[in-house]
Amino acid sequence: MTEAIVDRAPDVAWFQFRLAPKIDAGFCKTAVEQGDVLRLNMTVVFPFSAIVGQDEMKLALLIAAVDPTVGGVLIFGDRGSGKSTAVRALAALLPKMKVVDGCRYGCDPADQIGACTECGAKAKDGLKSRLAPVPVVDLPLGATEDRVVGALDLERALSQGVKTFEPGLLARANRGFLYVDEVNLLEDHLVDLLLDVAASGENVVEREGLSVRHPARFVLVGTGNPEEGELRPQLLDRFGLSVEIRTPDDLKTRIEVVRRRDEFERKPSEFATTWEKEDARLRRHIVSARKRLASVNLLEASLERTARLCIALGTDGLRGELTLTRAARAMAALAGDREVDDSHLRRVAPLALRHRLRRNPLDDAGSTARVERAVAELFGTGTSP
Amino acid sequence: MSGNDVAPTSAWTDAALAAAAFAIDSRCGVVIKACPGPVRDRWLALVRSLLPAAAPVRRVPLHATDGRLLGGLDLAATLQAGRPVVERGILAEADGGTVVLAMAERMTLLAAARLAAVLDNQEIVLERDGLTVRMPAHVGVIALDEGIGDEERPPGAVLDRTAFHVDLGGVALKDTEGRLHDSDEIASARVRLPRVQASFDSVKALCGTALALGITSIRVSVLVLHAARALAALAGRSHVAADDAISAARLVLAPRARVLPAGEPAREYESDDGPLSDERRPEDADIDVPTSAHDRDLDDIVLAAARATIPADLLAQLQLGSAVRPPAMSQGHAGVARFSARRGRPVGARSGELRTGARLDVIETLRAAAPWQPLRRASHDNQSLRKSEQSVIVRREDFRVMRFKQRTGTTTIFAVDASGSSALHRLAEVKGAVELLLAECYVRRDQVALLAFRGRGADLLLPATRSLVRAKRSLAGLPGGGGTPLAAGIDAAAALAEAVWRRGQTPVVIFMTDGRANVAADGSTNRSRAQGDALTSARRLRAAGITAMLIDTSMHTEPLAARVAAEMDAQYLALPHADAIGLSRAVFSIAALRPHGGVRQP
Repeated sequence: MTEAIVDRAPDVAWFQFRLAPKIDAGFCKTAVEQGDVLRLNMTVVFPFSAIVGQDEMKLALLIAAVDPTVGGVLIFGDRGSGKSTAVRALAALLPKMKVVDGCRYGCDPADQIGACTECGAKAKDGLKSRLAPVPVVDLPLGATEDRVVGALDLERALSQGVKTFEPGLLARANRGFLYVDEVNLLEDHLVDLLLDVAASGENVVEREGLSVRHPARFVLVGTGNPEEGELRPQLLDRFGLSVEIRTPDDLKTRIEVVRRRDEFERKPSEFATTWEKEDARLRRHIVSARKRLASVNLLEASLERTARLCIALGTDGLRGELTLTRAARAMAALAGDREVDDSHLRRVAPLALRHRLRRNPLDDAGSTARVERAVAELFGTGTSP
Repeated sequence: MSGNDVAPTSAWTDAALAAAAFAIDSRCGVVIKACPGPVRDRWLALVRSLLPAAAPVRRVPLHATDGRLLGGLDLAATLQAGRPVVERGILAEADGGTVVLAMAERMTLLAAARLAAVLDNQEIVLERDGLTVRMPAHVGVIALDEGIGDEERPPGAVLDRTAFHVDLGGVALKDTEGRLHDSDEIASARVRLPRVQASFDSVKALCGTALALGITSIRVSVLVLHAARALAALAGRSHVAADDAISAARLVLAPRARVLPAGEPAREYESDDGPLSDERRPEDADIDVPTSAHDRDLDDIVLAAARATIPADLLAQLQLGSAVRPPAMSQGHAGVARFSARRGRPVGARSGELRTGARLDVIETLRAAAPWQPLRRASHDNQSLRKSEQSVIVRREDFRVMRFKQRTGTTTIFAVDASGSSALHRLAEVKGAVELLLAECYVRRDQVALLAFRGRGADLLLPATRSLVRAKRSLAGLPGGGGTPLAAGIDAAAALAEAVWRRGQTPVVIFMTDGRANVAADGSTNRSRAQGDALTSARRLRAAGITAMLIDTSMHTEPLAARVAAEMDAQYLALPHADAIGLSRAVFSIAALRPHGGVRQP
């Protein structure tokens, strides 16, 4: 597929909030909060199912949607190949989740261990829950650290002299997705911070005598263009799945991409409506795959094959194996199968392993080819059904 | 089109047409390649006169900080008002109008990425200084490109999001007389724009032309469609006609051509050694979409029009070099300038601990502390401090330490052919040259590494060093004789260059060889295979984006050496009668291309 470009429709209702040269942040914040609600209703996002081709990228995102423990998705590739569009479209696609009403971290009412301190304390009285969209939070380049981790509420500090914690992007992304566009250009200290929180699932803030810790479990989704800089190997390894994306090079696909993009830009709401059914079907598919996930069997034989594949490729550590088995299970669940078989492993092996290979400057073949070669050697060359 | 008193398709009329299209649909950005001068000024004035009078036009200076570009906390107003006040950045101020990027060829990747995010979303998502604000920013972009040569270009993120790449280089001031359009025409075209239809055929013709010219980004295909619509609206049409598609292809696609379309006389790009055989290139030759005779016409006409207007120098390059080289790493500026906490040029501040070596940015620290003063004073235990209005209470979390951008050092890797065919006295000259360079490098704080290849493989004689003594010692021990395993030499140099790169230095590889490879990569002595392997390795070196130079040390210039140099995109220098000083001078000429790691950004 692909397509790209302008991700949002220009004729969005809340753009009417014309801002005076100096804006009062108080006003702005409420506008934005209302805006957020409005955005869900009014801002039209390019529908996920309208994305032409780019199956691997869509698959990786669906796997992460089915099993968030797969550990993040990295999408690297050509300019204008629809990376950000796909991630933003995912937000609209995901089924809603239950959250504790009034919780700033969107805690799961059913999960007491992973809950924030407030919800943990209130749990015995029973928590009111409501349905909320799964957050897909953008981490814009140029974000400052205080907004990422959270800090004192500046407005209340100034106007009322009260110290309150104002959660940051990490809190908002809890139980959802944190999306970093141009992840290879993100400043190093922010990258370190993200890695740390992503690994621990918890964000700890010490500031102005406030000590706050809150759950921050999210799927990190990063996109980037390799021409603009590589990702540090440490960061690469933290991503569960990695996708190499290219612009399609056959004319038919390209025409379709341009036409859909064009149609969307001209009549966003109508375009979204035509694809609503398709998106809804995909959403049901995710829901049923999630239900199926726990019961997908992973046979000893498949486990062994996974291990052999990782050894053959010389991937460091166990992360590769773990991700590969998780991704294969999610793949089986998505395919509606009860058991992980070779076809699933084959399909997800490049996703789970290609970024974990040691770089070999003397090997002409790309890492994808190397994974495929190893898979072919191990599983035989027969094409999977 | 009306009022046509100028020659139909001069560079200026095209530029004026781009200006008109931009004024109609500001999603079509423009890159103006021209030196500052009256011609460019006239073009900018033209655009301004065509844009709606109320639309803001803001200039983005090269070094606009994030705070200025995106917005942030207005500290003075915040303190005065006692509540957070947002300061809008340039992009938010330009909402509904245009931003003009000054000196776009020197724009950093980071700034370009921020701009790209705003252009894509048409809004600014601000997560800074304790603020979370979204501000609309529908902006059109005009990038002023004052670059000289192919190396100096605006960042890819900007090029990819602008429709028109206009070169005003050859336009004389007298050509710029006369107007094609007036603002009333533009205004009515703007009204007409939303209703302009584009048929499937025109979309197909534009997409097909883009593909045939090797333009892979889909974004460009969308932009050319926008441009065609804008041109149709300008001509007063309600649908994109052939003329509009042709003009759009000419203006948007031709300047970006990367390959010559198939079916044209020059077809060298299909040959085996062209970069197209590289698996990353699209297979342009295989486009096979069933077309009726009628569409075939439009496709062909648009393609021919685009091809006919490929700028002359680009055309020459395409015919000669089969395809424009994919940008190497050296063109992406990434990695060359590195951030450091201690040395280099200051480039802003970040919050951090005052650890060893970190330098406190006093102003930024005070800025960070300022908004919290009333709160801290109120909660402070110390009564005197509480009363005093004079003192500023600074806490650890306010500390902002300076960040520096460090120019990276250059490591010059010499890969020396020590085989029997490179006569032994040449080796002595090479040794002399390396010694001379080493002395220079010592002064420049650069490093030198030495590889030799002979017999069956390559040996690292000298890891990157600044030590004169060590270098001289290992040079003295450089043995000669045996076969020429050129492929192994190139591979070893590439591996070393990668290692150097990873360590934070910028590698430059200098090959000194006669190019007469006779030992293949697997060690067998098979001349033709050896040469094939050498060319493959050379291609790989280019793919890795390593700057290289090849000095032909044979007595008479060797065509094979030149070919290897071309494959690795290296500067080729035939030195049939070089002496040590001549060699070192030649090497410096290339090292000077990328002084101190080639930090081309300020």
